Amino acid sequence: MAAKWFLGLWMILVILGAFFYAPASLGLGQISRIIFFHIPTAWVAVLAFLMCAIYSLRYLKTRQPSDDTAASVSAELGFLFCIIATISGSIFAKATWGSYWNWDPRETSIFVLLLIYGAYFALRASVDEPERRGSLSAVYALLAFVTVPILVFVVPRIPAVQSLHPSESVVSISGEFTMDSRMLTVLLASLAGLTGVLAWVFNLRMRAARLLSTIPQDKED
Amino acid sequence: MTSSSNWGRESLAVLWKDLLSEFRTRYSLSAVLLFSVTALAVVSFSVSPYSLDPEAKAAFLWIVLFFSAMSGLSRSFVREEEARTALALRVSASADAVYGGKLLFNIVLQSAVAAIVVPLFLLLMDTRPANPALLVAAAALGTLALASSSTIIAAIVSRANAKGALFAVLAFPLSLPGLSSAIGATAEALRGNMPEAATGAAADIRVLIAYSALMIASSLLLFDYVWND
Repeated sequence: MAAKWFLGLWMILVILGAFFYAPASLGLGQISRIIFFHIPTAWVAVLAFLMCAIYSLRYLKTRQPSDDTAASVSAELGFLFCIIATISGSIFAKATWGSYWNWDPRETSIFVLLLIYGAYFALRASVDEPERRGSLSAVYALLAFVTVPILVFVVPRIPAVQSLHPSESVVSISGEFTMDSRMLTVLLASLAGLTGVLAWVFNLRMRAARLLSTIPQDKED
Repeated sequence: MTSSSNWGRESLAVLWKDLLSEFRTRYSLSAVLLFSVTALAVVSFSVSPYSLDPEAKAAFLWIVLFFSAMSGLSRSFVREEEARTALALRVSASADAVYGGKLLFNIVLQSAVAAIVVPLFLLLMDTRPANPALLVAAAALGTLALASSSTIIAAIVSRANAKGALFAVLAFPLSLPGLSSAIGATAEALRGNMPEAATGAAADIRVLIAYSALMIASSLLLFDYVWND
């Protein structure tokens, strides 16, 4: 209970910090404030994808229905954060590069991630029997999980795409932070806060699922 | 646990069974071949062959090959479910052997399609590949990559409800690394023997090999959960 209020307060501080504490970037101006939400949501989307793979692996080993629920809940949350990251990134791209979408390597990767999440839900929707649904979707999630790292090697080689993504604006090659320290503080706080939001909603959904599973099936109607 | 020689023999037996039933009906091969020839014809009379650069040609070729794979490769498992022979197969062969046999069958089927589509494509597009050996390698390894990623997806789809629509949806994101490397290598093969092209093509070929090996290895680990749940 206390954690919920703390998380709410934390996110309020992050939002205030993003607009009032951190300075706007010199080159980009006010639009640069979107990174305080764009980068953390993308990170959380990848984290949820990892959680989905781990729970899928656990489901195949233990066959506990709760592990299957956890995998599907993390995929749902990951999909949500993935959409937020895509939209915020697209707005950012329009403001800085002049086009909403140009198949930059990271745009390609996040598009593939969206496709995988979409395919995962399509698969879940088309299997009725819960046990079979659990194992088929777990296998798919794990296959996707081993495929995605290959994209790191493949996507930069897709022709007619030069990356415009600033890979060095946060951490330079030598490993030193090149960002303004106040911006970095807000970014890391937002990263922690949104990771907390993921954990909070995940717990909420898991508790709801547990309650639903205790209701006897014949009394539902 | 079956020993490795036993596993190989069982896989070949499954392959032989599938080839025999395919030979008797010729369902998959004729459907896939007609599909790919139709798609190729649409491509070739909608654009002039002289107006396309190698990248566009390579992309067209692999779009045709990818969707012909999508139309045919799921049959190997869907047929077992539809004919209600899956249970008999489950009893008579180990899961690994079933996967091995179906993978080999899909490789054979898709290679047959590629062996007809690629020469026909070169003919219709009036293209002389600058590096024929690389083209053959790209076609062969791309076919292997497509077959290795879609065999386990076919097994998943055969146990779900919306079989036809689901297969391409599930297979595309997983096939993308193989597909885009195959397109890259094919474009280099059509373009020519520039030194920087050779290193690019070598990287594509390496990705194709690594990707196929990874997909087959993880499929072997996971196939049992799909097949015997």
